[in-house]
Amino acid sequence: MPIQTEPMTVNIGPQHPSTHGVFRLRVTFDGENILEVEPIFGYLHRGTEKLAEERNYVQIVTLTDRLDYVSSMINNQAYCLAVEDLLDLEVPQRAKYLRTLTAELQRVASHLMGIGFFLQDLGTLGTPLMYAFRSRERILDLFEMLCGARITVSYMRPGGVFFDAPDDFWPALDQFLKDFETEYKEIEQLILENEIVMVRTRGVSVLPLDLAINASVSGPVLRASGLDWDWRKMDPYDAYDRMEFDVPIATGGDNYDRFWVRIQEIHQSIRMVKQCIQQIEPGPIRADVPLILRPKPGAEAYGRVEASKGELAFYLVSDGGISPYRCKVRSPSLINLTVTEHLLVGWKLADMIVTLGSLDINMGEVDR
Amino acid sequence: MNCVLGPGNILHDTLLFRVIYDGVGHVLPCWLSYAVAGLAIMLILVNGVLLGAGLFSWVERRLIGRFHNRIGPNRWGPFGSLQPLADLVKLLLKEDLTPKGADRIIFAIVPVAMLAPVVLVMAVVPFAKDTALANLNVGVLYILAVTSITSIAIFMAGWASDNRYAMFGASRGVAVLISYEVPVVMSLLGVVLVAGSMSLADIVSAQTVPFLLVQPLAFFVFFAGTSAELNRTPFDLAEAESELIAGYHIEYSGVKFALIQAAEFGAVLTSSAVMVTLFLSGWSGPFSNYLGWAWFLMKIGVLAFIFSWIRATFPRLRIDQLMAFAWKFLLPLSIINLFATALEVYFLRDSAGTLDTTDLWIMAGINFGLAFACILVFGTLIREKVRPAGPATGATLSPGEAD
Amino acid sequence: MAVQQLTGEDLADKVAAGVPDAVEGMADGVLRVKAPKIADVAGFMKSDAGLDFNFLNSISAVDYISHFEVVYHLTSLTKQHTAIVKTRLDGREDLSLPSVYHLWRGADFQEREIWDLMGISFSGHPNMKRIMLWEGFEGHPLRKDYL
Repeated sequence: MPIQTEPMTVNIGPQHPSTHGVFRLRVTFDGENILEVEPIFGYLHRGTEKLAEERNYVQIVTLTDRLDYVSSMINNQAYCLAVEDLLDLEVPQRAKYLRTLTAELQRVASHLMGIGFFLQDLGTLGTPLMYAFRSRERILDLFEMLCGARITVSYMRPGGVFFDAPDDFWPALDQFLKDFETEYKEIEQLILENEIVMVRTRGVSVLPLDLAINASVSGPVLRASGLDWDWRKMDPYDAYDRMEFDVPIATGGDNYDRFWVRIQEIHQSIRMVKQCIQQIEPGPIRADVPLILRPKPGAEAYGRVEASKGELAFYLVSDGGISPYRCKVRSPSLINLTVTEHLLVGWKLADMIVTLGSLDINMGEVDR
Repeated sequence: MNCVLGPGNILHDTLLFRVIYDGVGHVLPCWLSYAVAGLAIMLILVNGVLLGAGLFSWVERRLIGRFHNRIGPNRWGPFGSLQPLADLVKLLLKEDLTPKGADRIIFAIVPVAMLAPVVLVMAVVPFAKDTALANLNVGVLYILAVTSITSIAIFMAGWASDNRYAMFGASRGVAVLISYEVPVVMSLLGVVLVAGSMSLADIVSAQTVPFLLVQPLAFFVFFAGTSAELNRTPFDLAEAESELIAGYHIEYSGVKFALIQAAEFGAVLTSSAVMVTLFLSGWSGPFSNYLGWAWFLMKIGVLAFIFSWIRATFPRLRIDQLMAFAWKFLLPLSIINLFATALEVYFLRDSAGTLDTTDLWIMAGINFGLAFACILVFGTLIREKVRPAGPATGATLSPGEAD
Repeated sequence: MAVQQLTGEDLADKVAAGVPDAVEGMADGVLRVKAPKIADVAGFMKSDAGLDFNFLNSISAVDYISHFEVVYHLTSLTKQHTAIVKTRLDGREDLSLPSVYHLWRGADFQEREIWDLMGISFSGHPNMKRIMLWEGFEGHPLRKDYL
């Protein structure tokens, strides 16, 4: 007589060390294997879009910090691009370079965190995570020099940036880039060719390209499935049209490739930071904008950037008032989660955690 | 000297016991002094293991702090060495929660059931010359029997907690323990064959050449198997912090949690002690008649350091890979080792059936070659099995080809 | 090779030829279509070889008090152009649009979010329930008349 078994439903989260925030998965297991998955979220829903309707255009910058709180610079950038599109503002060159530079540093910080937590989910006791955080701390220190804040930076403003870099910022940045080379090499040596990492992640939770496109997946997850699509190349904003960089592509679409793409993107971001340092010239840092911005009634803008998680966009509609009539956030983390069910069903509990880590979601952005 | 222990008594070889027994025997009747001496060495043993566990918890936290590029606990006492004491006080003062649906009795037994085998194992391990608390002639068998209690304790914890994470952890833990028991036992048979005895004292004295050199394969299998049984990375599936939060002991708090933690840290030390005895020639070393305990502790420290090092470095395996590792890799290796050892012992032993130092060196040479060859061959084989043909990374695809 | 936004009349003509009686016009670079036809138009824009909008960037809903607008931002990853499609829903109660879930899986969470926060339901969506807020929540908070 065969052993009688029955499926078991487990709530992974909302409080769980590996769900990257208050995220819940209702999972039905057959032993260790996943039969059904339902992602449930909204625990961190703060009504950002509603709040934005009550703030003026500059105040909303602080709201955007709190969306994807590990890449707030890029959120600032997307929002400011949308407002500039709404108002037809011309951004000074220096501000464009400063934005590109900080956004790329932020991407490095965000990817470092993504890589660190991915390996944490794989079961390392935190060594790669702490290695990644060591470098991330340095980047946050640089941000502190720029604007006095580390996480919720609110550095950029419609029409430019709020502060010019202080004099001691540039030597500190040079020192960071020099140290980062060795620090990052250490991280890569520790993890990239690790046999257990390979065994655990290669061929696991494959996301085929057609599904990735169909499910509106973007960012490193899409590029890991094999599509060369990066908004920094396709629709260059700020100073990206003057940057030389490659877009790392992997074709497997598995957990390893998503992780590998992030590892490689850090190299490209550092390359761009170096180019920014070379090309940046003195000049004004913010366009001459009034204190209260009033776009034309009926104006609309879709400000889009390639954020660290994917395509981040702000869709702004103006009614001529001092605050946007509608401010919609196209959040990459939320939309990348569309494929969770496809990625997880059939794999094991341990793979589930790793796959979530490889999607690199941020609940601040998913729930908004 | 009014109380004399007969040479047949298993405690006869224990110097400490005899001293206490004799001393107390001057004032108390012999049967009472036997009991007093027994309780005294039990007290020493239990507290020694617990203190060692506490100390090791601090050492490991400091070590992993260094691995992590941070400092680790350094506030309380010199270099933070009183941290375990502070933790203990904190945990004792915490509320001892029992989940509503829990099986209260089994839930309460678990911490003791976890700690007991850890302490019991130490009873047969010789710390120095004539210092094993009980020199059993079936010491190896005793160790294997006693450590199997852990699997029952883990399952009791998982079942009694009425928590699905705990149940996951328990079922994983039991699967791991049962699977890894097999290669561990097989690898120990090789050691027993070479030593010609199951008594740990005899095994130590047989190691004129440390069995690490004579039985490298057995050591490798035993080390990997023990890490799995200790629930340490890369085999810490039963606890799997990132997956199951804390696994089987998720619902434990306060004193019970402290005991489970003590059992886990203590288990690392006792396993290291067993490994030192079986493979690293135990307490022997220069001046071992006087400094045997120092050698013993130092060797334990080295092994415990290696355990911490591995823990800080590796990611975790998946359950199927873990099982494959036990059954497709460690088990064949241990069987090969057993056969090779049996053949070598058969051909090398003299008429009295013993092996001298030269024979051991010959065996070391053969077995090292065998170990490298086997690990290479089986490593390649299992890699092919476990690792799917990975995609070529770095290739690019132009947008026109998409969709 | 920057991405172009299709704003010309030819897009409207093309869609009008493909899906009769759907297009209301082309204004400010936005293609306006009738609400009941939105899924057909989307299906045509996705399958037409010349348009090939295979990527749905986002779906947004805007509350204009007298009516709602639902905005679709589309991108063709192969042809490298984008388009904005808008549709208009009059009234405030029992609003419904055909779902584009079966064309783009990426619409799944976005349509649920619009239902949750704006109160526009999508017919044909397999799992039309609240996403950010809990079941049993009263009202749709992103509407202008909420609070």
